[in-house]
Amino acid sequence: MHAIEVENLSKSYGKVKALDAASFAVRNGELFGLIGPDGAGKSTLFRLLTTLLTPESGKATVNGLDTVKDYIAIRSRIGYMPGKFSLYPDLTVEENLEFFAALFGVTLEESYDLIEPIYKQIEPFKERAAGKLSGGMKQKLALSCALIHRPGILFLDEPTTGVDAVSRSEFWDMLSGLKERGITILVSTPYMDEASRCDRIALINEGHILGVDTPQGIVDGFRSPLYSIRSRHVFALLNAARQQEGVLECYPFGESHHMITDSAFTKERFMKAMSGFKDLEVKEIEPTIEDMFIKLMKR
Amino acid sequence: MRAFKVLIQKEFLQIRRNAFLPRLIIAFPIMIMLIMPLIMTMDVRNVNVTVVDLDRSTTSHRIISHIEASDLLTLVSSTAEYGLALQALEEGRTDVIVQIPAHFGRDLAVSTPKKISINANAVNATKGGIGMQYVVQTIARTLAEVRGEESPVNIQELITTENRYNPTLNYRHYMIPALMIILFILICGFLPALSIVGEKESGSIEQINVTPLSRFTFTLAKLVPYWIIGLFVLTIAMIVAWLVYGLVPVGSIGLIYLSSMLFILVISGFSLTVANFSDTMQQAMFVMFFFIMIFMLMSGLLTPVDSMPRWAQYITYFLPPRYFVEILRSVYLKGTTLVEMWHNLAALGGFALLFNTLATITYRKQV
Repeated sequence: MHAIEVENLSKSYGKVKALDAASFAVRNGELFGLIGPDGAGKSTLFRLLTTLLTPESGKATVNGLDTVKDYIAIRSRIGYMPGKFSLYPDLTVEENLEFFAALFGVTLEESYDLIEPIYKQIEPFKERAAGKLSGGMKQKLALSCALIHRPGILFLDEPTTGVDAVSRSEFWDMLSGLKERGITILVSTPYMDEASRCDRIALINEGHILGVDTPQGIVDGFRSPLYSIRSRHVFALLNAARQQEGVLECYPFGESHHMITDSAFTKERFMKAMSGFKDLEVKEIEPTIEDMFIKLMKR
Repeated sequence: MRAFKVLIQKEFLQIRRNAFLPRLIIAFPIMIMLIMPLIMTMDVRNVNVTVVDLDRSTTSHRIISHIEASDLLTLVSSTAEYGLALQALEEGRTDVIVQIPAHFGRDLAVSTPKKISINANAVNATKGGIGMQYVVQTIARTLAEVRGEESPVNIQELITTENRYNPTLNYRHYMIPALMIILFILICGFLPALSIVGEKESGSIEQINVTPLSRFTFTLAKLVPYWIIGLFVLTIAMIVAWLVYGLVPVGSIGLIYLSSMLFILVISGFSLTVANFSDTMQQAMFVMFFFIMIFMLMSGLLTPVDSMPRWAQYITYFLPPRYFVEILRSVYLKGTTLVEMWHNLAALGGFALLFNTLATITYRKQV
C-alpha cells in the first residue's frame, strides 16, 4: 500500500480546470516533491488530499483511507502546513503549539521529542506573538504545529516560499531528519533547485502531472544535447539562435540562454552562422530539472 | 472536552489581546446608557403658543395666564389679529394658535359660548398632536376653575387619571430596556460574525478544519464567549440604569437574565450563520446591517408594533427581537412573571435552536 495514491483526480473552479486527471503515488517513508510554477494546481492538490476540498472526479487515498468517505479518520493521521502562514498571529508561539496539541488531544510533552530539533530553535521566543516572528521562524512554528500529533504523513504546501536561502537549506535538512523518523512527506515548491533534495518528484503544470521520477531519472529522460550560449547582446542572440537549423528551443536561463537541439545540430556550423556575435560563448551542458520542465511544458 | 476548553480560552485570549474589543465591550454600554436615554426622548416640551384674544375678558386673561404658567407651554404672543398669528405659525415661530372668540367670557356665564378654536402645526405630528393636547388640557382646567367657582361641584374632581407602570410618563423608562436590546444586537450580533470571518481571512480556519474537531464543538466554542460577554454588558447596562436613572426592574432579575441568555443565543447563532455564508468582513458586515436595520425598526424597539400596519405586524412574528422587547419591557416596567411570558420565551428558545442548528449545519469543514 502506498502512503498516498492519486487516481485521475480533477477539480475545477468555475470554468478554470485547476487539476486535470492527475495520477501519482507516494511510497511510505518517501520525501516526495511536487514541483511546478504558481498556478500549476499544487495547492488545489494539497487541499484535496488534506480533505479540505472534495474532488470533482477521480479518487485519492491517504494511508489507504478515502479522502471523501474517511475524511475524519484522515485528519488525525496527517499534518498540514498551508502555503500561507495561518496560525493565530495574536497568540504566542507556545500558546499556538498548546492550542493545536489540545485540538488533537495530545500534549506538548508527549510529542516534544519529535518536534524538539525544530522547536528548540524558536523556543527562546516562545513568549512572542506568532505574528511578530520572522519568516523563517514562522515556518518553523508552523512545522512544529503540523507535527504536534505525530502524523504519519506530512503535507507541506510551498514551505520555503518567501524564506531566505539559508533558512531554506536549513528547512530541507529538517525535512531529511523527519524522513529518517519514518514520516512520509509530500512537499511542493516552485523552486526547481530544491527538487534534488527529494527522493522522487512530480512535475506539475496547468493541472497536469508532466512526469514522476527521481530527480536523476527526470534529468536522464532529457536525452537531447543541451548547450549554454551567451553574449553581451542578449536579446539579439536569442532571436538569432532560434532561427538556426537543429535548434528546437532556445530560452533565457539566468545570464545565458539554454538551447535544446536535435541530431541535425553541430556546434561548428552554429558558431560560423553566429559569427556576427564577437563575444559568443557556446558550451555543452548537463540538463537540470528546470530544463526538463521547460521541455515537457513546451511539448 | 479539553479541546472545547482550549477553544474558549483562545477566544478570550484573542479578545483580550485585541487593542479595541475590551474597551468596546466596557465603554460602549456605558456610553449608550448614559447618553442615549437623554437624547431619545419623545417627551414634547417647549410648545410655543400664540393666543388670538378677541374676548379680552377675565376668563380669557385667565386662560392666557395659565398657558404662561405651564412649564410645557411657552406663550409667544397674544394678539387680536388672527392673520398675524397665522403668519407666526407659517414662519415656525409658534406651534399652536388658540383663538378665543368675542364675548366668550360673558357667554360662558350664562349659556354655551362660541367654541374656542385651536390650530396646531402638525408637520412634526408628535409635537403638533401632543402640543395641542397640552393646550386643550390647560384650557379645560381653566374653564373648570371658572365654573367651579360658580357651581358647588368642582368638575376637575370628578375625573382622575393615572399612567400606570410608568407613572411619570417618562419616555426614558420606556427606552432603557430597548437600549439594552440594541446593545445585545450590536455586540452579540456583530462580534461572532467578525470573529469567524476574521479566521477565514487570516486562513487560521483551514488549520482548524484539518483537525478532527467537530463542527458542533467549534460553533459552540464561538458562541459561549459572546454569551458571557452579552450578560456582562447587560449587567453594566442595568447598573447604569439604576445609578443614573433610578430604574430598577419591577419584575424578577432572574427572568431578565434567563430571557437575555436566550436572546443572545438567538442573535449570536444568527450572526454565525451569516458568517458561514460570507467570505469577507465587508460581506458579513453588510448582510448583518441589513438584518439589524429590520430588527431595530420593526421589532417594536422604537415604535410600538400595535401601531404598525396589519401586514407589518404579521412580519414581526418572524423577528426574534420582537419577543424579547415585549419580555424585557414588561418585566422591567410592569413586573410581569415567567408564567405570563412563557410563550415569548418559548418563541425565543425556538429561534435559538433554529439559528444555532443552521450555524452548525452551514459551517462546512469540507468544500
